Amino acid sequence: MRNPLSQVIETIQPSGIRKFFDIVSEMEDAISLGVGEPDFDTPWHIRDEGIYTLEKGRTFYTSNAGLKELRMEIANYLRRRFGLEYDYQSEMLITVGGSEGIDLAFRAMLDPGDEVLIPQPSYVSYLPCAVLAGAKPVVIELKEENQFRLTAEELEAAITPKSKIVVLPFPNNPTGAVMEKKDLEAIAKVVIAHDLYVLSDEIYAELCYLDEHTSIASLPGMKERTILINGFSKSHAMTGWRLGYACGPKVILKQMLKIHQFAIMCAPTNSQYAAVEAMKNGDDDVCMMREEYNRRRRYLVHEFHRMGLQCFEPFGAFYIFPSIKEFGMTSDEFATRFLQEEKVAVVPGTAFGDCGEGFLRISYAYSLDNLKVALERLERFVNKLRAEKENKE
Amino acid sequence: MREKILTFIEKNSRVNLHELAVLLGVDEVMVANELAAMEAEHVICGYHTLIDWDKTDVEKVTAMIEVRVTPQRDMGFDKVAERIYNYPEVNSVYLISGGFDLMVTLEGKTLRDISGFVTEKLSTLDSVLSTKTNFILKKYKDHGTVMAEAPKDERMLMTP
Repeated sequence: MRNPLSQVIETIQPSGIRKFFDIVSEMEDAISLGVGEPDFDTPWHIRDEGIYTLEKGRTFYTSNAGLKELRMEIANYLRRRFGLEYDYQSEMLITVGGSEGIDLAFRAMLDPGDEVLIPQPSYVSYLPCAVLAGAKPVVIELKEENQFRLTAEELEAAITPKSKIVVLPFPNNPTGAVMEKKDLEAIAKVVIAHDLYVLSDEIYAELCYLDEHTSIASLPGMKERTILINGFSKSHAMTGWRLGYACGPKVILKQMLKIHQFAIMCAPTNSQYAAVEAMKNGDDDVCMMREEYNRRRRYLVHEFHRMGLQCFEPFGAFYIFPSIKEFGMTSDEFATRFLQEEKVAVVPGTAFGDCGEGFLRISYAYSLDNLKVALERLERFVNKLRAEKENKE
Repeated sequence: MREKILTFIEKNSRVNLHELAVLLGVDEVMVANELAAMEAEHVICGYHTLIDWDKTDVEKVTAMIEVRVTPQRDMGFDKVAERIYNYPEVNSVYLISGGFDLMVTLEGKTLRDISGFVTEKLSTLDSVLSTKTNFILKKYKDHGTVMAEAPKDERMLMTP
């Protein structure tokens, strides 16, 4: 028989998280700090709207771009929260989660040979999506001494004549890094000077603990160069509803809509109606969840410092990214032993790029009580490793 | 700052000072001072425990009693309420808008305790016109907390 597979797909590695997931699922009574989604249920008034929509029998397709009412509400939201102006008719598309928007943007914008600049550690989708779009991913390794922010120098150094898109994954999963306005201004200068486009994945925009999040699209000259990706998963605890949106220049959105139309048709109708409610009356929920995450974040940073684990203070998302370099083990070894000996699952930093080596991603999308138990075990484990090391020396 | 402290301790009154300061990202001394001030000002009126007595062997009956009263000259509603809330078995007293005046929650060991209180103490007050006693059959949610056990975390153990 002929090989049923494409040559491209065989070059793509499965997500590094998969391996660990399989081990963890086998283990009973393991506690996990490995989850990349909120621990809150979707706020009840939003779920209630979803139920009501089903009762009303709204089970048909919506327009390809998504419900007009939802797009109008998103436009209001983006204006009110981030000072962004998008025309809901021509510059916005409702997608199946933020991830679909990433895929659509790459497929609509890239030709073979084009290069996509991807800062890592970062979410696992950018690289494979770029490859599937026929482009060449170019990784920019972010550094802990810069708090895992992307600097203008790092960007400049990675640019070639073939560079077309730079991905800005901030607030960042897995590091929790944010880019402040001054950081973005420096990046914007380089982007404009080299005539690049930006894919700004702002899915964690509502989970920013420093100042309010700044979108690069709000900087002068950047709106026409930016595809903005956002959604409801993290801000409104709606991961399973699979709903996101992409905003950007009309000429790009028109082509993204075309792919979406043929591949997906439209995002789930039920979820779209629920999201209208989230946009209209959900600001307080977002605020409540952010406050709660922030308390946990402060607690973890404090505890890590107390344990003497090296860790920069993250100001975004719901992850903390401590260094385990002092133990002389790989992230994978540390995570495996930690799981076997203390039954706590964390994700090795390498799942988010090679430069994640020496780090762990710890999610605080867990109740404070859960975090306390996990940290007790972490402290015991860390002390054990330090004792082992001392004995050796 | 006060709002932040209150929002957190409303549901977690057992948190210790040090931890509260860490969680809120402020100085421990400052938290201690604010708490002391709020206690002195009676903004914080007590630190209670939410108990589901149904899960214990202790027998308890709770009733919510709608009370209609005539506010008397020089007494007003406050005085009537005071006469009622001074009974230790009375759990709460609210002045209510609508079809009646005071909502009184009462705890007793048995139905007889409650009926005894209503017939002998409450109804005999001069200013009480009528009472309507509602017994609580089951408590689902109290002080913003659902009494049933929290559902298990059904999220996948690891996701990117």
